[in-house]
Amino acid sequence: MLVSLNWLKNYVNIGSISPEELAEKITKSGIEVDGIEYVAEKSENVVVGYIRSCEKHPNADKLNLCQVDVGEETLQIICGAPNVAQGQKVAVAKPGAVLPGDFKIKKVKLRGVESNGMICSLQELGIEEKYVPKDVAEGIFVFPEAVTVGEPVEPILNLNDAILEFDLTPNRADCLSMLGVAYEVAAILDQPVKLPNPKPAMVEEDAHQFISVEVEAPEWNPYYGAFIIRNVTINPSPLWMRNYLIAAGIRPINNVVDITNYVLLEYGQPLHAFDYDKLDSDKIVVRRAKEEEAIVTLDEQERTLSNEHLVITNGKEPIALAGVMGGLNTEVTEGTTNVLLEAAFFAGNAVRNAVKSTGLRSESSTRFEKGIDPNRVKLAGLRACELLEQYADATILKHVVEFDELDQTEKQVEMDTTEINKRLGTELETKQIVDILHRLQFAFEQHDDQITVSVPTRRGDITIFEDMLEEVARIYGYDQLPYTLPVGASQAGALTNKQAMIRKVKSLLEGAGLMESRTYTLISDNAVSKLISPEIKEGQFVPIELKLPMSEDHKYLRQSLLPELLRVISHNQARNQIDLAYYELGSVFLTKERELTKQPDERLRLAGAISGKWMDHPWQQDNKTVDFYVLKGIVEKLFDYLDVSVSFNQAKIADMHPGRTAELKLGDKRIGFIGQVHPSLQKQWDLKETYVFDINMDEVFYAYTPSLTYKTIPKYPSIVRDIAFVLDKDVLAGEVKKTIAEAGAPLVKQVDVFDVYQGEHMEAGKKSVAYSLVYQDPEKTLTDEEIQASFEKIIEDVTQKYQAYIRS
Amino acid sequence: MREQLQAIEKDALEKIANANDTKTLQDIKVTYLGKKGSLTSVLRGMGKLSKEERPVVGELANQVREKITTTLEEKGEKLEQIALEKQLEKEAIDVTLPGRPVKIGGPHLLTKVIEEIEDLFIGMGFEVRGGPEVETDFYNFESLNLPKNHPARDMQDTFFISNELLMRTQTSPVQARTMREYGGNKPVKMISPGKVYRRDTDDATHSHQFTQIEGLYVDKHVRMSDLKGILDTFAKKMYGEDREIRLRPSFFPFTEPSVEMDISCKVCHGDGCSVCKGSGWIEILGAGMVHPNVLSMAGYNPEVYSGFAFGMGPERIAMLKYGINDIRQFYTNDIRFLKQYHNA
Repeated sequence: MLVSLNWLKNYVNIGSISPEELAEKITKSGIEVDGIEYVAEKSENVVVGYIRSCEKHPNADKLNLCQVDVGEETLQIICGAPNVAQGQKVAVAKPGAVLPGDFKIKKVKLRGVESNGMICSLQELGIEEKYVPKDVAEGIFVFPEAVTVGEPVEPILNLNDAILEFDLTPNRADCLSMLGVAYEVAAILDQPVKLPNPKPAMVEEDAHQFISVEVEAPEWNPYYGAFIIRNVTINPSPLWMRNYLIAAGIRPINNVVDITNYVLLEYGQPLHAFDYDKLDSDKIVVRRAKEEEAIVTLDEQERTLSNEHLVITNGKEPIALAGVMGGLNTEVTEGTTNVLLEAAFFAGNAVRNAVKSTGLRSESSTRFEKGIDPNRVKLAGLRACELLEQYADATILKHVVEFDELDQTEKQVEMDTTEINKRLGTELETKQIVDILHRLQFAFEQHDDQITVSVPTRRGDITIFEDMLEEVARIYGYDQLPYTLPVGASQAGALTNKQAMIRKVKSLLEGAGLMESRTYTLISDNAVSKLISPEIKEGQFVPIELKLPMSEDHKYLRQSLLPELLRVISHNQARNQIDLAYYELGSVFLTKERELTKQPDERLRLAGAISGKWMDHPWQQDNKTVDFYVLKGIVEKLFDYLDVSVSFNQAKIADMHPGRTAELKLGDKRIGFIGQVHPSLQKQWDLKETYVFDINMDEVFYAYTPSLTYKTIPKYPSIVRDIAFVLDKDVLAGEVKKTIAEAGAPLVKQVDVFDVYQGEHMEAGKKSVAYSLVYQDPEKTLTDEEIQASFEKIIEDVTQKYQAYIRS
Repeated sequence: MREQLQAIEKDALEKIANANDTKTLQDIKVTYLGKKGSLTSVLRGMGKLSKEERPVVGELANQVREKITTTLEEKGEKLEQIALEKQLEKEAIDVTLPGRPVKIGGPHLLTKVIEEIEDLFIGMGFEVRGGPEVETDFYNFESLNLPKNHPARDMQDTFFISNELLMRTQTSPVQARTMREYGGNKPVKMISPGKVYRRDTDDATHSHQFTQIEGLYVDKHVRMSDLKGILDTFAKKMYGEDREIRLRPSFFPFTEPSVEMDISCKVCHGDGCSVCKGSGWIEILGAGMVHPNVLSMAGYNPEVYSGFAFGMGPERIAMLKYGINDIRQFYTNDIRFLKQYHNA
């Protein structure tokens, strides 16, 4: 809503307060003023001039030589405008004037003849092109009515007006009218409001003879008022009205259109004018549209309707889509003489339905959608009639032809001083509250500390005590409220175990070299089926699709974090950032329902991706490219750190390198995978060799128990023994390790691979794997005999199970 | 013999002084002090001496042995020292060459902001709660006083999955869920950080996915001044003790009265500059007293319980704090962007 301060001054005395100060006060009281604009930049030395004579320039066909009376003197001015003529009153920029855009007016010679100033168009005076009325858009501006020669034009054309731009929250529909704004400003400044009191001089003839009104859908249209207006003369509207409309961001058209727009802005009440002679009937019937019924609206579009729409009909066919747009069949044109003026109350949801299906949103529909004041509907009609009499020489027939089931009663809200103070934390006295109610101009009854407020119908947003609490608080001033801290019992705040674990996991991964990423949940058709962990893939889950996505890229809910994580890798690598290591924690969304009827499972997963060089120490020739074992090392460390044991098992997984991928198991439960992205997918997604992991963190959390008890540090020394086996190439080192650990239990505490060899000193198809075994007994120092016995059992088990032999 | 001994001492000391390596010293030691050394052979001839002379010469011989031994040791240490110095000189390296790199990752900037806020509120006794990102219409809207067809639903364009399921547009449904879980008779003191979604086209200032942190405090006798106190504490801890807060009336369907909170601009301290668009204030969060409909729908009697709620956007906070001008940066995860905030 654009609020012209000059217009506002008609209803409330704002004194000498500057626009900036007023904007600040309004903002602090609850309506954000987004900006202050001026109709035009300041222009000096521009006055009203009278063109005494206008002749052709002796040396130029398209120029005219004018003698212009500007009060104290007569100036010779050359003007090129096509519409300049003798006898006009115009805006003259005298020599020395400065027009918007820092345009300085000087005495000049044009084709040998002196010109002492400039006759201006509205655009030259700084009015935006889109608001300039069409009749004066080409050429100079001519005053349409009596103005005094020599007077400055700035106030006459309202060029000095400041416009406050209100950013209204949906509850403050009352301020979609100048009268509503006046009440608001009056309350803030503690001033009275001066309201218009429309009293059109109606003629004796009764409108009922010419029209009848029936409403078949009163739930959507509780009030319909029809005024019959005769002998309208279409003309430009008066200058003051044009000025205000321009200030409010509406281009003036003609008196009839301008008056309905003016009253719309003044009262917040949309009105609609029908050409009475095109009505083709003597009745108005308001009803729900029939299925497939059509109307051609004023914008010449044919609209197909349903019974979710409310239409105004002439008893036969629709002549308007209620509250949204009139029909072309009854349009008011230059030739219109008799008008049916509609002032009605349409329900917000009826109008909203029409706006939604047609996409037509207008100043009118917005007001109906947000709710209008039931007590202003008829008044606004009367106000328009009064203005039409004055400015369109119209005759208004007696009586409004009405359908009226409108509830105009004021809501009663009870409050008391104690409760207000208890809720706000203040120590207000009843008389301060009463004073606020006076400022708001709310009627009320008071008994001691009990106050019953009759909420004016213009404030449809106030229905309960809390709404009144806000009114009291905001007029009192939010900045006046004290600062306190809650008095209730205090409790300790803390992270839950899971939240704490997640923070640990994050800091471990970050310390291990991974950067956290945050990617999108909504992904593309192409990405949604990729890199899904096998236990999810086999679960036959269906990707969840949005009903109305904004783009193809963000259409499905992810089942894996990896496609987006790989997008991050490829984005960076395309920008020559090659060496990368990322992780992400986030939810995936799983359902088996094709049509979702309940919320999907949201599972927390941890994913990581590394690519490029892991270590880069060129002057030492010590460079390490990422590989499976770099990433596995990080994942192992993570589980080690959480004290959760998992196993890695060779696996073939879609979109992954068939020989470089392992599935992760926690006990018997499959919880994710690790490996190299399949080279064809790497190629397709523009990735360098990239390794990824994906883990179900919910399962990890169930298995995680934070250490709470002290474990004795062994007093007796441990003994390390090494052993190397020659094995078939395909035997897995991890399997052998398991056998060693089992055979060596309980004395063998730790088994680690420390060497793997395959090559010229080894027979074909064989490899040597060397293990280092740590022996320890917490109770005593181990003897050589004990160790030897265990060692021999290990050798026996391994050699038998894997047809291995000891490498000598 | 006396003269012999003195000659040996003189001779030996001279040789030690001239020795330049430990090998020579070793040879000297053998030559004079060894089993076949000159001092030893002199001592062997002591038997020929008279009873009176023996102890005198014996002592002298011991003194000579002592002297040679000490001198040898001293010289030995000196030579070792020299050798060590030479060795260390050889071992010198160029300390200006770069060290072996250690790979360190880091949290995402949004995580830093979120954890900072979490820690602040945990310190004030709040718990941190999460909830589903796919929400029901009931929890996302209706339980928050936004019935179907409420005009304020236009304020947040929603990604629907079905008529009843949607991508949550706010983290407030977590509040409604928590209140229901608490059963209407326990105080609630919580914040809920998380991802939210709106039907927006991504550009420099809009993102279809972003994060939000909402807070809720419900108890008996919670006052609007308490909201002001908590927000002031938060703002000063988060943005600095010298920052002022300003509350303005606003509108949210789930709170009444509703509040918009500004903090004084850190650049101009309220005088007006380009960062705060001339107003001296920067809008930082929305808040208000929990609407009685929200309380009663969650099982809390609004006659007995009252409370406040607030919500803020970590992206906006980070953008203001670090001067980031494109919200998409948070989701592009360009390594050059993420690395900038290592020490933030």
